[in-house]
This record gives sequence, C-alpha cells and structure tokens, in this order.
Amino acid sequence: MAAGTTYVPLATTTLGSATNSITFSSISQSYTDLVLVCNGLANTASSFDIQVGNGSVDTGTNYSITLIAGDGSSASGYRESNTSACQQMGIVYTTPMNSIIYFMNYKNTNTYKTLLSRNNNTGFRGTAATAGLWRSTSAINTIKIGTGGANMSAGFTATLYGIAAA
Amino acid sequence: MANTFELLASSTVGSGGAASIDFASIPSTYTDLLIKVSGRSSTSSDWEDLKIAFNNSTTDSQYYWKAVYGYSGTNTGSNQGNGNSNARLQGNVTAATATANAFGTWEMYVPNYATSNQKTVSTDFASENNSSSTLLGLATNLWNQTSAINRITIATSSGTNLAQYTTAYIYGVKNA
Repeated sequence: MAAGTTYVPLATTTLGSATNSITFSSISQSYTDLVLVCNGLANTASSFDIQVGNGSVDTGTNYSITLIAGDGSSASGYRESNTSACQQMGIVYTTPMNSIIYFMNYKNTNTYKTLLSRNNNTGFRGTAATAGLWRSTSAINTIKIGTGGANMSAGFTATLYGIAAA
Repeated sequence: MANTFELLASSTVGSGGAASIDFASIPSTYTDLLIKVSGRSSTSSDWEDLKIAFNNSTTDSQYYWKAVYGYSGTNTGSNQGNGNSNARLQGNVTAATATANAFGTWEMYVPNYATSNQKTVSTDFASENNSSSTLLGLATNLWNQTSAINRITIATSSGTNLAQYTTAYIYGVKNA
C-alpha cells in the first residue's frame, strides 16, 4: 500500500514529565485533513480539550461540541456551545485513554472547522464520539491539547498526521 | 519518503468458514495498528459480537470492555465487561439471518501497541442490513498487559464460524 505521501507523520510528542498541555505549531498546510492520535495516563480525571488557531490558539468562546457516550450502563448524549475550547474530545484518567481526533479541511479559509474525535477510557466514562466545531474561517496551523486541572503523565504520546486527498 | 501506513497482512475466509482470523508475528517496528474487517458470522442471528485476543491470551481478567450502540433504529444502550467472560467482546458484525450477502463493517485502532504500557483500543462497528434489526456502535478495550502486541486473533463470541468472504486487513502506522 503506497500511502506514504497521504498519511504522513508531522510531529510527535512523548512527554518526559507531567504537564497539562501539548501544543503543535507551524503545522504544514500541505495536506487536506489532520489526524491526531493521543494515548496515555493522567494523574486525575479531566476533560481532554482541544483549542486551535492560526498563529496562536483561539481562546475565545468560539467552540461547540456534541457527543454520544456509553459508560457501560447507559448511552447518553451531551452538548455545549460557546465554550473556549472543544471540550471532552477525550477523557484523561489514571487508567489509559486514547483519543483519535480528525480535523477536516483544516486549511480551508471558506468554512468553519469540524473536528471528530473517537475517545476511549475503560476506567472512566467509557467510550464516546465527539463532534466539535471551531467557528472561524482561518486555516488551522496551531493545535493545543489541554487537560484542565489534570496533568498528563510522563510517557503520554501525541502524534499528528497529515492526510492528503491527492 | 518511506511508507508510514503499510498493509502488513490480509485474510479472506474461504468456503466453509473459519473459526477465527489470526494475525500472528506482527512486527514491532510500527507505532500503531489498524485492522479493518468486513465480516459476517454463521450463527443464526442478525448480528453477533466479535471477541479479540492479544498474544493468544484468552484470560478474561486481563481485558476491560465498554461499548455504546444504537440498534433497530430507535434504541440505544451501553454495555461492559470488566475482567469477566464479556471482557474480550469488541463490537459485532452481521450474522446468518441478516440480509443475504450483507457484511458488517468493523474497524479497530491500536495505538502504541509495541510499548511496555497497557494497551487501549478504539473500535467502530456497524451491522447494516435490509431489515429493522440493525446495529451501529462504538467500543473500547483495555488489555492490562505490558507485553508488546505481536498477535491479534478475532473470532465470534459464540465460537461459530466467520462466514465465507469475510475479509480482514491489518495496517502498521509509523509516527516517523
């Protein structure tokens, strides 16, 4: 499968010590979509949030999310609007989590940007899919992962891939 | 540039079906794994759960599973198995009473499969067919072992054969 030019690793961070954010900046504009794969532990439970921007992340209340989740007992849905990040794109906890986040048409300057996350933590909250929206027509060249009051643990990994349509 | 998303192996079930699909001797030279299945069970039902095993371990106490799903158009639910006989379940595919020739779609992503950390997976699945008995869902699993994953086995939960023409592909993804 000769897909080396359409699923390209752009950057990887492996935490050497605990911290509550990871930022990817100066993201190449040579792709169609981005995929961010995250995996690891934290010191306590917290929402796994995404902010994006051009040059710097947008901290204004320009984000919204809708999610569906299952905790092993019941299915639930949730929505929030006008927040300062796409929240709950995952859940960190003291058990391992993964979150795979797709950024569609991230460099399109005509449309707002849609994010789609598949996120999982068997120790807390369970499995979920979250759709996020950033209400801006700016191209995304900066992505920040934040975990609120929690710290991602040493060894936590985040890898950003570029997907080219052609 | 070297390939960073490579097909490692594939499997197509032949006439008479197969008890499982087994990807053995998975190299540790990638960062993540992705498995895509187009599958159907031979059991007499509209769909059937799949069970996974890493490194040939069927020790249920090593696995933790949670799923959320919508089914038959109007119903939703969530289920789990924590170290018990359901703990290796991971989504489902269509089965023998579903519309003929309709195969379920099942996709599992395994980040950091070759590290010494515990392993988590993310699975999306759908058993669509031309009836009201359909199912779409999301699942996760934790394998609480620190060994690198070098073998992944996929079977039906009942032990019934996977049907002929079931296909599975495993890809390696590199982060550098």
